[in-house]
Amino acid sequence: MANKDIDITVRTGTVHALCGENGAGKSTLMKILYGMQQPDEGTITVNGETVTFHTPADAIARGIGMVHQHFMLADNLTVLENVVLGAEKLYGIGAKARAKIREISDAYSLNVRPDVLLEELGVADRQRVEILKVLYRGAKTLILDEPTAVLVPQEVDALFDNLRELKAEGLTVIFISHKLGEVLSVADEITVIRRGTTVGTVKPAGTTSKQLAELMVGSELPTPETEESTVTDVPLLKLDGLRLAQTDLDGIERIILDDISFTIHQGEVLGIAGVEGNGQSELVEAIMGIRNPDTGTVTLDGTDISHVPTRHRREAGVGYIPEDRHRHGLLLEAPLWENRILGHVTEKPNSRGQLLDIKAARTDTERIIKAYDVRTPGIDVTAASLSGGNQQKLIVGREMSHAPKLLIAAHPTRGVDVGAQAAIWDHIREARREGLAVLLISADLDELIGLSDTLRVMYRGRLVADADPATITPEELGSAMTGAATGHLEHAEDSAADDEDDAR
Amino acid sequence: MNKLTQRIDKERLLLGIAAPLLAVVAAVVVTTLVILATGKNPGAAFSDMLTYGSASDSQVYILNKATTYYLAGVAVAIGFRMNLFNIGVDGQYRIAAFFAAVLGGALTTPGWISIPLIILCAMGTGAVWAGIAGVLKVTRGVSEVISTIMLNSIATAIIAYLLQPGKLAELQAGGTVVSTKPLPSSSHFFQIDTGAAGVLWGFIVIAVLVGIAYWFVLGRTRFGFDLRTVGQSESAAAASGVSVKRMIATSMLISGAVAGLIGMPTLLNDSHQFSNDFPTGIGFTGIAIALLGRNNPVGIALGALLWGFLERTTNHLEFEGYDKEILGVIQGVIVLCVVIAYEVVRRYGLKRQQQRVGAELAAQAAAPTQKQEVA
Repeated sequence: MANKDIDITVRTGTVHALCGENGAGKSTLMKILYGMQQPDEGTITVNGETVTFHTPADAIARGIGMVHQHFMLADNLTVLENVVLGAEKLYGIGAKARAKIREISDAYSLNVRPDVLLEELGVADRQRVEILKVLYRGAKTLILDEPTAVLVPQEVDALFDNLRELKAEGLTVIFISHKLGEVLSVADEITVIRRGTTVGTVKPAGTTSKQLAELMVGSELPTPETEESTVTDVPLLKLDGLRLAQTDLDGIERIILDDISFTIHQGEVLGIAGVEGNGQSELVEAIMGIRNPDTGTVTLDGTDISHVPTRHRREAGVGYIPEDRHRHGLLLEAPLWENRILGHVTEKPNSRGQLLDIKAARTDTERIIKAYDVRTPGIDVTAASLSGGNQQKLIVGREMSHAPKLLIAAHPTRGVDVGAQAAIWDHIREARREGLAVLLISADLDELIGLSDTLRVMYRGRLVADADPATITPEELGSAMTGAATGHLEHAEDSAADDEDDAR
Repeated sequence: MNKLTQRIDKERLLLGIAAPLLAVVAAVVVTTLVILATGKNPGAAFSDMLTYGSASDSQVYILNKATTYYLAGVAVAIGFRMNLFNIGVDGQYRIAAFFAAVLGGALTTPGWISIPLIILCAMGTGAVWAGIAGVLKVTRGVSEVISTIMLNSIATAIIAYLLQPGKLAELQAGGTVVSTKPLPSSSHFFQIDTGAAGVLWGFIVIAVLVGIAYWFVLGRTRFGFDLRTVGQSESAAAASGVSVKRMIATSMLISGAVAGLIGMPTLLNDSHQFSNDFPTGIGFTGIAIALLGRNNPVGIALGALLWGFLERTTNHLEFEGYDKEILGVIQGVIVLCVVIAYEVVRRYGLKRQQQRVGAELAAQAAAPTQKQEVA
C-alpha cells in the first residue's frame, strides 16, 4: 500500500507544498490526482464536486495539470509546436494558438517566445514552456513535481516569482519538494506525508525547517558539514590537460571537455559545481574509462590509467556512484544479489577465479542490506521494485564494500530521503577519514559546500572557477555556474545579510 | 520475510509456466476451430495425434528431431540473452554442415580423429559466418538482423555453387542426387539401436552436454554474468566494466559455433553426406523454439520436443484425411501467442512484485509506528 488515509485540502489561489521522504507516497498521490492511477477508496473533490479520474485527460478536463520532473518536450520542434501538440483542437496550430501563447505568457510573465526551437532553450526556459503547456490546456490547478531539482538558485527564485504570479491570478499550485528551505519560502500551506499518510498541515509562518524535518522523518535534520579536515598531501587522482571532443551528426566538432586539470589527494573531497550538461557526465565517464579522452592524462595513485579499460580501473580501486542509476548503476529486472555483483564481478566475494560465487555474493548482499538500511523484503526481488532511495543505498553499499581508493560520486543523494541522505554522507565521511579521495558532483549546492574540501565550477566543459567551501554561499556559486563569474570566487561580505535572509 | 521471498519465487515460477501453457492452449483452440471449419472432427484428430505420437517409434523419431531443434534453439537463445537477434543461424548451420561434410568425405583417418575434426570444422565455420555479422556490427554499426539475413542468402549461393559435380560434390549413382563425398563408415557417430522402434541418434548426448554448458556458462561464470549484463542493459554493462563491443563479437562467435552443430546430428547420424536435400530452415525453427523455451535450457528442450511431436503427428494426420497444413497453423499460433503471452505475463509479474514489496514495507513500517502511538 503506497497511500492510505490521505487528507489534503488545497485552497484555490494558494501555493500548497507537499513534503515527504522519498518513497513516502508523494508521487503515488500525484499520480492519483492526475488520473494516472486509481485509488482503492476515498474521494477527490474539485470545487465541491466529487470526481473520478480515469485518465490524465479527465484531470485536465477538470482543470488539473501536471508539470513533470522530467520534461516531456520535443527538442526539434518550436515552442509553439510543443505547446499545441496534442491540443490542436483548442486553438488550432496557427496564429490563434500563437496569440494565445503570447497572452498566457504575458499574463503570468513567463517570458516564453513561441517561435524559438526548443533545443535552443535552457532548463529554466523549458520548465516555463512546460508550465505554459499546462496553462494552455486550461488548467486552474498546477501540480509541479520537484520543479527545483534541475535549477540553480537564481532560477529557483525566478520560478518562485512565476508561481506567485500564478497565485495572484487565482490559480492554485501544488508544489512537491523535499527541499525544506524552498518549501518554506514559497508555500502558503505545507502538508507533510510520511509512510503514505498525511501527518499534518502547517503554515510556513511560525514553522522552522527543523520542525518540518522532524515531521517528515521524526528525526533531526542532518547537515552535510564535514568536521575537521582530513586532506593529506598524497595525490591520488591527477588529471592533466584532459580534452574530449565529439563530432556531431552535422560534422561539427564540439569540445566537451577542455583542458581539465586537477588533483585530488587522499582524504580529500573535490566538489564540482555546475549546471547539468556542462561536461560533468563526460568528465566522469572519461575518468571511469567509458569515454576515451583525446589528449591529456589521468593518473590514479601514480599509475597512468588514461586509456586503461573500465574494469581495470574498477579493480584498481575506483568506486562509482553514477548519476543515472537506472541506466548505469543497476540491472532493473535482475534480483538484488545480481545487482550486488554488477561492476565487481571479478572481485571477492562475488567470484572465485572464473566462476561466480553465488553463495558468498548472496550473503554479502544480506550484509549490505542490513548495514545500509536498504528497505526490501529480500534479496531475490528485482531492483526495479525498490524505491529510488533504496536503490541508491544499495549502490552506495556496493561501491563502498570494495574499499575504494577513489570514489566518483555523481549526485550521490539525488532522490534520496533525508534520513538516507545523512547515512550516505556519513559513509562518505567515514571512508574519507581513512584516506578515500572523492570526486563529488552534485546539483545540491548545500551538499557540495558541506562535503567538499575544494570546490571547482564547471561551465561549458571548462573548470572556470574555484572556491573555498568554508566561506562561499550557494548564491555566489550559482552565479559562477551560469558563467557570470570566473577565477577564484571570494566571498563578498556585503551579501552576508542576504544570505541570512535566504536561510530563514 | 523469508516467506514472502518464497512466495515471490513460487509465483515467478508459476508465471513462467503460465505463458507457454497459455500459448499451447490457445493453439489447441485455434486448431480445433480450423479443423471444424474444414468440416472434420477435431476430437478424432487430437486423439490420433496423442496415440500416434506416443508410439515407441514416434518417440525415437521425436527425440532425433528434437536433438537438432534443441541445438538450433540454444544457438538462437545465446544471441537472445545478449539482446542480439541472430537470424543467421540458418545460413550458419547450412554452410557449416556443408564444409564439415566436405572435410569428412576427404578424411581417411580413424573415427576418433575424424569425428572431432568434423565437429570442430562445423563449429569453426559457423563461428566465422556469424563472426562476419559480429564484426560488421561492432565496427560499422550494421544491424545484425540485416547482415545475418543477407549472409543467409550468401550461404545459399555459395553452397549452390560449390555443390556441383566437379566442384566439391559428385553425382550419386542414381543420377538424381548431387552430394558431397559420403563419410566413411568409421566417421559415423554412435547410435543406439532400439529394435523395432528405430535408431536413436547418439548426438543427443552432445545436445544434452551443450544444454548443460549453456546453463553453466551463463549462470555460473563471470563471463556469463557479463554476457547477461550486456543483454539487460548495455549502458550499465559499460559502466560496470564490460567491454560491450568485444562481448557482442564474442557472443556472436559462440552463437555461430553452436549453430554449426545443428547440422551434425543429421550429417553424422543419418545422411552421412551433404546433398541438395539436406534439411533447410531449421535456424528459423530455432527462433521459435528459443522463444517458446524462454531461453531457458530446460524450456528449450521442452520446446524442441513439442516441435518434434507436432511434426511427427501432423504428418500422420495426412493419412487420416486431414490437411497437413494444420502443422503450420499450430506452430504459427503457438509462436504468436507465446510472444504476446510472455510480454503480458512479464509486465504483470513485475508490477505485482512492485506492489507486494510496497505492501510488505508498508506493513513493516506501520508496526513500529503503532507501538509508538500506544507508548
